[in-house]
Amino acid sequence: MRHTISVLVENKFGVLSRVSGLFSGRGFNIESLSVGETIDPSVSLMTIVTTGDDQIIEQITKQLNKLIDVIKVVDYMEVDHVEREMVLIKVSPRKNDKSEFLKLSEIFRGRIVDSGTSTFTVEVTGDEKKIAAFIELIRPFGIKEFVRTGTVAIAREGIKKSNQ
Amino acid sequence: MKKNGAEILIECLKKEGVKHIFGYPGGVVLNIFDALYDEKNLQLFLTRHEQGAIHAADGYARASGKVGVAIVTSGPGATNTVTGIATASMDSIPLVVFSGQVPTMLIGNDAFQEADIVGMTRPCTKHNYLVKDVKDLAQTIREAFHIASTGRPGPVLIDLPKDVTTGMAEFKWPKEVKLRGYNPTYQGNKWMIKQAAQMISKAKKPVIMAGGGVILSEAAKELTELAEITRIPVTTTMMGLGGFPETNNLSLGMLGMHGTFYANTAVQNCDLLIGIGVRFDDRVTGRTSSFARDAKIIQIDIDPTSIKKNVPVDLPVVGDVKSVLKDLLNVLKDQKEPWGEIRKSWLKQVAAWKKERPLTYRFDKKVIKPEFVIEKIYKVTKGDAIICTEVGQNQMWAAQFYQYDKPRTWLSSGGLGTMGYGFPAAIGAQIACPDALVFDVAGDGSIQMNIQELATAVINKLPVKVAILNNRFLGMVRQWQELFFKERYSHTNLETVPDFVKVAEAYGAAGLRATKPEEVEPVLREALKIKDRPVFMDFVVDWREKVFPMVPAGAAIDEMIFEDVEEKPKKKLKAVK
Ligand SMILES: Cc1ncc(C[n+]2csc(CCOP(=O)(O)OP(=O)(O)O)c2C)c(N)n1
Repeated sequence: MRHTISVLVENKFGVLSRVSGLFSGRGFNIESLSVGETIDPSVSLMTIVTTGDDQIIEQITKQLNKLIDVIKVVDYMEVDHVEREMVLIKVSPRKNDKSEFLKLSEIFRGRIVDSGTSTFTVEVTGDEKKIAAFIELIRPFGIKEFVRTGTVAIAREGIKKSNQ
Repeated sequence: MKKNGAEILIECLKKEGVKHIFGYPGGVVLNIFDALYDEKNLQLFLTRHEQGAIHAADGYARASGKVGVAIVTSGPGATNTVTGIATASMDSIPLVVFSGQVPTMLIGNDAFQEADIVGMTRPCTKHNYLVKDVKDLAQTIREAFHIASTGRPGPVLIDLPKDVTTGMAEFKWPKEVKLRGYNPTYQGNKWMIKQAAQMISKAKKPVIMAGGGVILSEAAKELTELAEITRIPVTTTMMGLGGFPETNNLSLGMLGMHGTFYANTAVQNCDLLIGIGVRFDDRVTGRTSSFARDAKIIQIDIDPTSIKKNVPVDLPVVGDVKSVLKDLLNVLKDQKEPWGEIRKSWLKQVAAWKKERPLTYRFDKKVIKPEFVIEKIYKVTKGDAIICTEVGQNQMWAAQFYQYDKPRTWLSSGGLGTMGYGFPAAIGAQIACPDALVFDVAGDGSIQMNIQELATAVINKLPVKVAILNNRFLGMVRQWQELFFKERYSHTNLETVPDFVKVAEAYGAAGLRATKPEEVEPVLREALKIKDRPVFMDFVVDWREKVFPMVPAGAAIDEMIFEDVEEKPKKKLKAVK
């Protein structure tokens, strides 16, 4: 199963290698990992996408919790949440495919962020499925390269019903 | 008043109650060693190799329950400690290791004697630090001791760049340690404990399996009480030896690859297995899919990652073993079950297994059997000694043929299986317990891995007794070659073993030798008389002797092979890996 795990860590020297070393040392998968500061600059948030059966995921979260610099671990599998990833894709469509490509990008709310004589760079944001679908659809147009940010996730706020 | 980093380090150690340190000097720690020069309340023991220092600190910690401390220089000094740190990490031993480091300005430049020791030890420490500012030093040391000694203990390394130990700062001892990412659970969940009590009273054929956690949490008394009240037989892992008195009727001795027939058989036939401070290591479980196959499993451990890591667990209780056992005892005492009655037939069955196949060996009148040496050590010490071991057959015989009754009397590298551990550990133990009788049971291979520590023991007049079971082979590996590799003894015959008596004497230690069974006891008695220096006892033993019972790798733990396998063929066995 694919799990998105967020890990709140002390923003300290070496913390990234503690976390990534844990995964490699124990043979756990990392599909993607993204890190950034939070509102509190002493704390960073990592979002890790990993796969494994229940027993492995349990070990992953426990082992992460065991690291001294890890403050909190949330497995988003158990939490209603929003997930996003961004990709930048450089495409070089043939002349008469251009408009088709631009239309497709629009459907996916892609933004053209750069263009050269024969290439476009399109930015697309979405969850894993959307990104995968987009890449599949534009593959025939000739993808030159792409980069992905890795998934970030945040919990949804429950909507409180008013008392009346 | 301002102090330099080296002085702050020393103040911190004193605040932590440290009296003894093990170490080895070098360029970037010169000023720390200089600050130690006039220090009356801190004694540094100079070993002859950094590996010796770290194992000595480890032996000190295991024997005393205190945090072991070592100081070494950067680069090779630091890398020489890695095996010892990994050894301590696998066995959850509290250590604080200070390594020198090149000045912060030079870090990353491949400076002289620079090694990224923080990077190298990250996976084998509980935590580690690179101190970048002398102002953080006291806080870091305080945290390190806290982390090393609480929760599931373990080694912590602090890397000290030279400019940090020479830099000046106000010394302030932090009142408390607050780490938002570190809050070990000590108290077990009350509901879980109640469930455990119910399972214990319902069980018809329960077994307690106790491990190193019992010793680390000082819970031997509570464990004994639990076993005696509820009449449950107890087996210990190798790390748990001494956690439950082996002279107690309820003891099954050690289980696992070289465990007793009755311990392994009881575990495989029990209906409830209560794992206390154990992590179900593969040397204990054998093939996990058939381990304790008919049993429900309760696991009590302070480290949540230990639970369900290797075997499925029906009832986990996360908490400090001592605290959980106390709570459990309170619940059980209220239940007032007729325990003796409930357990009668199970204990009868267990007693029958004990009788069926006790631990034995074939005594020989002409050649010394290694098991015989261990039995004699037990006899002459009356079981009142600290037994350290090396790794291999020597370790297993020492585990099998000596009865451990008290915690912290068995010091052996369990998880990592580090040859060369025992002798320096014995030195550390002797320093921690100057009045104790300290043995290292060694093999002729292992002892040569840290034999230089003879000098440390001689200089400090430490009467450590080293019993070398000299079989001229890397015995345990030879045993596997004999059993599983058609007796192809590839590179296990040591051929020229040094004259250990002469080696000892060259260092200023005593050297004794026994070549016949009748010489064993006199040699041991002679050794016991020597109080002012270490003794090497060279016991020339039968090289063919093997450790039994044995569970081949990959087999279930009741698929044991025995000494008399040829006469009484049990099952056809093959090693898988
Ligand atoms: C540092 C290290 N290297 C290699 C091994 C693998 N090993 C395990 S037991 C053993 C043989 C030990 O020989 P010896 O010390 O003579 O003891 P014996 O088994 O003969 O009692 C070896 C090489 C080890 N455990 N540790």
